[in-house]
Amino acid sequence: MNFDLRFPLGLMFAIFGLILIGVGIFSSPDIYHKSLDINVNLWWGLVLLIFGGVMLKLAMHKK
Amino acid sequence: MNTLTAYIHLTPVDYAILIIYFIFVLGIGFALKRFMKGSKDFFLSGQSIPAWVTGLAFLSANLGAQEVIGMGASGAKYGIMTCHFYWLGAIPAMVFLAIFMMPFYYGSKARSVPEYLKLRFDEKTRAFNAFSFAVMTIFSSGISLHALARLLETLVQWNYWTCIFVSALIVLVYIFLGGLTSAIYNEVLQFFMIVLGFTPLVFLALKDIGGWSALKEKLIPVAVNQGYAAGTWTHTWIHLGSPIENPMGVGPLGLVMGLGFVLSFGYWCTDFLVIQRAMAADSMSSARRTPLIAAFPKMLFPALVILPGMIAMAMQQQSRGTFLPTINGMTDYNMVIPVLLAKYLPTGLLGLGLTALMASFMSGMAGNVTAFNAVWTYDIYQSYIAPNKSDQHYLWMGRWATVFGILVSIGAAFLASKFDNIMDMLQLVFGFVNAPLFATFLLGMFWKRTTGHGAFFGLISGTGAAALFHGLALSVGDLPGIKGGWLHPCFLFRSEMGQNFWIAIVAWTVCFGLTIFISLITKRAKSDEELVGLVYSLTPKPAVVNEPWHIRPSTLAIIVLICVLILNLIFV
Repeated sequence: MNFDLRFPLGLMFAIFGLILIGVGIFSSPDIYHKSLDINVNLWWGLVLLIFGGVMLKLAMHKK
Repeated sequence: MNTLTAYIHLTPVDYAILIIYFIFVLGIGFALKRFMKGSKDFFLSGQSIPAWVTGLAFLSANLGAQEVIGMGASGAKYGIMTCHFYWLGAIPAMVFLAIFMMPFYYGSKARSVPEYLKLRFDEKTRAFNAFSFAVMTIFSSGISLHALARLLETLVQWNYWTCIFVSALIVLVYIFLGGLTSAIYNEVLQFFMIVLGFTPLVFLALKDIGGWSALKEKLIPVAVNQGYAAGTWTHTWIHLGSPIENPMGVGPLGLVMGLGFVLSFGYWCTDFLVIQRAMAADSMSSARRTPLIAAFPKMLFPALVILPGMIAMAMQQQSRGTFLPTINGMTDYNMVIPVLLAKYLPTGLLGLGLTALMASFMSGMAGNVTAFNAVWTYDIYQSYIAPNKSDQHYLWMGRWATVFGILVSIGAAFLASKFDNIMDMLQLVFGFVNAPLFATFLLGMFWKRTTGHGAFFGLISGTGAAALFHGLALSVGDLPGIKGGWLHPCFLFRSEMGQNFWIAIVAWTVCFGLTIFISLITKRAKSDEELVGLVYSLTPKPAVVNEPWHIRPSTLAIIVLICVLILNLIFV
């Protein structure tokens, strides 16, 4: 079957990563009181973007 | 909880994440539609899926949200002992399935677990298993649906029935289009959602409480206040000497035999819901690797689901019992994960966490629906209602069985929302049916003398024995009735969990003994030739295929067992 799951998987998490990074950059620091004053959106967005990117890279590499 | 304020306030960003997720879920269904050419594509994914995908789906299908919510609750109530449900109650059975049983499921021509029973034994054994499985699985799907809607109603104040219909419709569309493949792919998506959605939550909660050693300190008063030894919440084995030493109320024999053997092997080695995922793999070797690949994340999952429960319990102690909400005057432990989500995650990550939670409910439901489809179409419809139709006809039937299955699920959710007792009753009966199953499979696969009559009457008696023993057993503090003891409560247990473990042990033992006895006094109906590929001693060993040693099933199995042993030793 010519359908590599890593492609949608990677794409989805890359999009989530970009959204979270965007929120992390533009949101006011006040919303991070609950997350122990850590900008978790920015950091975790980066993690998701890297994860998504690696998946996409693997999916394209195979072709 | 009794207030009517929502726990979680979502912003447009959170909704955007939720909607993007559903677009991908449905998109996968549409993308797969063109591959669904015959019934085998729809029910068994054309046996074409790579092992890493079936492995993660195998894990995910079991990881419904009841699991996430329930394990969080148990982590709070019992502490790290809850890990036994993973390290003792899952991993050994998964290894056994991979090494000893998968060759027969994948290697025989069976397309489902009930069909294996027909090939190995006879029609009546298959019918019993197929009908009970079909009913159980569709009710489980309904219970998932109900639990999801109830949770969202509480958390974000969405309308209960809107939640039911929207989630049912999404699951319906993607399975109708892409069958098992769609369900499997979405289960993998869901696996990563859970892992990547909950990791920051656990990190923040653990950091807030002051790390693992601080958590251990803070759980000491939790144990001592309830009359247990100081380290009860942070040791898995030390406080298992007798049922009075631990909050689970179980002793070593009940735990190891009941959970570690009967219930665990009964579920992982015979339940078509999980085995269907392995049967979809692209080769025998991949099918055998499926449960082993699942075992690695499985043994680490306690960090994602049980640890938050333990942290919440420490906070509950610190806050003098105000951290968790109450329901009818009792602490509502099921709110552990939702309360932590609301406490630590800011908008953005909150959307991701909530989506992960919804994803796990929906894939739990989808898993049940796909297993139901296959059993309904192959083992009931094709066998008893409309045999000898074209393959296209069965593909058509499978699609409509999806619609039917989802409608019945909605009906079951409706029942669950109106009558709590009906669901308790059903789950009780399902437990009776499931408890003896592994005895039948074990004897069937490893003793060629086992006969169809032996298997069938052994199963029925095992189920009956479970019901009977339930009538004689009661746990401390319960009234005779649906909780047990309705005949005469002569066996008293310290907890309902201990009672359940022992009911399972009794059912299994009766089934095992009677199956042997009846097999010995009845004639074999199947010759040795007919049993090739179905029974261990009559089947040639799987040839060692040309693959590097480090990905062979036996190597992986040994690594899995060593890792789980190490985990037990660290947290002994």
